Amino acid sequence: MTLYVDKREALEKRFLVPDTEMPAGKPRSLMRDAMRRLRANKAAVGAIIVLSLIIILAVLGPYFIPYDYETPDWGAFRAPPDFASGHYFGTDQNGRDLLARVLYGTRVSLTVAIIATSVSVTVGVLYGSVAGFVGGRTDQAMMRFVDVMYALPYLLFVILLMVMFGRNVFLLFAAIGLLEWLTMARIVRGQTLSLKEREFVEAARASGVSTLPIILRHIVPNLVGPVVIYATLTIPEIVITESFLSYLGFGVQEPLTSLGTLISEGASVIQVMPWLLFFPGAVLVSLLLSFAFIGDGLRDAFDPKDR
Amino acid sequence: MTTPDSPTPRPAPLVEVANLKTYFPVNEGVLSRTVGHVHAVDDISFHIGHSEVVGLVGESGSGKTTVGRSLVRLNRATAGSIRFEGQELTGLSDREFQPYRRKMQIIFQDPFASLDPRKRVDAIIGEALSIHRLGRRSERRGRIAELLRLVGLPEDAMARFPHEFSGGQRQRIGIARALAVEPRFVIADEPVSALDVSVQAQIVNLIQDLQSELGLSLLFIAHDLGVIEHLCDRTIVMYLGRIMEVAPTKRLYSAPRHPYTRALLSAAPSLDRNAAHEKQVLEGEVPSPINPPSGCVFRTRCPYAIKDCAEIVPPAIAVEPDHVSACIRTELFQ
Repeated sequence: MTLYVDKREALEKRFLVPDTEMPAGKPRSLMRDAMRRLRANKAAVGAIIVLSLIIILAVLGPYFIPYDYETPDWGAFRAPPDFASGHYFGTDQNGRDLLARVLYGTRVSLTVAIIATSVSVTVGVLYGSVAGFVGGRTDQAMMRFVDVMYALPYLLFVILLMVMFGRNVFLLFAAIGLLEWLTMARIVRGQTLSLKEREFVEAARASGVSTLPIILRHIVPNLVGPVVIYATLTIPEIVITESFLSYLGFGVQEPLTSLGTLISEGASVIQVMPWLLFFPGAVLVSLLLSFAFIGDGLRDAFDPKDR
Repeated sequence: MTTPDSPTPRPAPLVEVANLKTYFPVNEGVLSRTVGHVHAVDDISFHIGHSEVVGLVGESGSGKTTVGRSLVRLNRATAGSIRFEGQELTGLSDREFQPYRRKMQIIFQDPFASLDPRKRVDAIIGEALSIHRLGRRSERRGRIAELLRLVGLPEDAMARFPHEFSGGQRQRIGIARALAVEPRFVIADEPVSALDVSVQAQIVNLIQDLQSELGLSLLFIAHDLGVIEHLCDRTIVMYLGRIMEVAPTKRLYSAPRHPYTRALLSAAPSLDRNAAHEKQVLEGEVPSPINPPSGCVFRTRCPYAIKDCAEIVPPAIAVEPDHVSACIRTELFQ
């Protein structure tokens, strides 16, 4: 295909002053720049290493230890941590190996958090960007609905969802994600309002791109920064929510376990068997801290102006 | 490129705007009641010929950008008619308007905001090609390379991201994007005012070359009188949403007939120290476009205003062939 077919000779002519000075090296996307800044942030890198270690251990660990999370060891009830017997974290009242239970619990907690966060990100980003971009009455109606949802008591919802979804933990937490999206939708809407006034959106409209492709191709990719940051902050929030719900007896049920369940069980026997609280607590705290540092690092990496 | 006056009927202009109005509602309160309108563009008419370069000047807030945006439907015109190649555009649905998005393109003011920071240059330029289904996927690469060459950028700019370029280079990318769909008519909305002075001339010359080589019709919006004088065949002067004067550029600069044009020209800095320079400083502020003055909108600052100016909305008076001035005091500056 050629350009301006009837104007060939004009195109052969070299135009006045070409501006051909190019930066050296490979093209740098904003994402690559952000990742480079993230790598330079020691706290964030440390947190990423800790988090990856926890994830790897939670996924692979259970295959390497001789005990599983639900079978009692009839020879070791209420055993404190002991290297000789292989119960590195000790056992609980029912003789189950705590290390196996902590690994399993971490797995459950993280899965639940990731499911809930992806649901909340997907729904929140789509809802918020459509509301912000379309604007006017649609926006008003959509955001008032969010306000109403905010006003409803959270626990009541969870109990209702429990009734609807029954015992299925993962469906329950997908549903919790459906509640968590509210804040995401607000953040995304705000960002969209400022993005849609930018000239590159106008340029796309002038080229004939219609509303939905503009949202998907130009608005959503430019939301990556705030969305990623907020998502890393949502994950620990959901881990805590899960702990709380499990503590109340709404969450994960025996013999399945999660960090929250383990902590609530450990808390009741802190005076006689402190290790039951200490180990799951330590894992939860390191998880939350790493997510906090990673979120922080990402914020600085995506928006260096804020520092 | 100006059509000289001749007995043969002129060819129909490419773009014909008649009584165009673009108002923006001003909303207030919880219920968003409309309490008034910003009269951004208020009843203006003009035309742009084939391959003609028309300048549009005016100070900030005069509505010149809104005129350009209304033409390509980034703002919906409130009333009036826009004809392109004889076809009325204002009544068209978005779907019917789509083919005209190929024929009219716009170059934006701020090259730092007009390129999507997350897209590579080839995606930015190529987007319109895929929207209008121009060429096969495999051919598009070649075409994008050709466009880059056309605006004086190297081919390997294609894989890069906008933030890796200088302001002038970014504006070149913006120009390449506008030209990608082979438009007949290009609106340049202050394309150089965000650039360094050293780069401005390059971009202006590039636009000029492209215009003359490709035979584009161009509406060049600017507040820089020097650029307009250099580039444009005809010039439209706007103030507060209305057209004050339209004339061939040479005439407008040598013999302006409207008091506002005179004030505008006398305010422009000049390098010629010997030029007889009666400086005329306008008093006061630009009135609010929400509540523009009655009659002539310029009367509140016009040193020549008389009582009638508050009553009569000045019509476009042809003071010479091809020279129109919206001032009832035609006897001035003969």
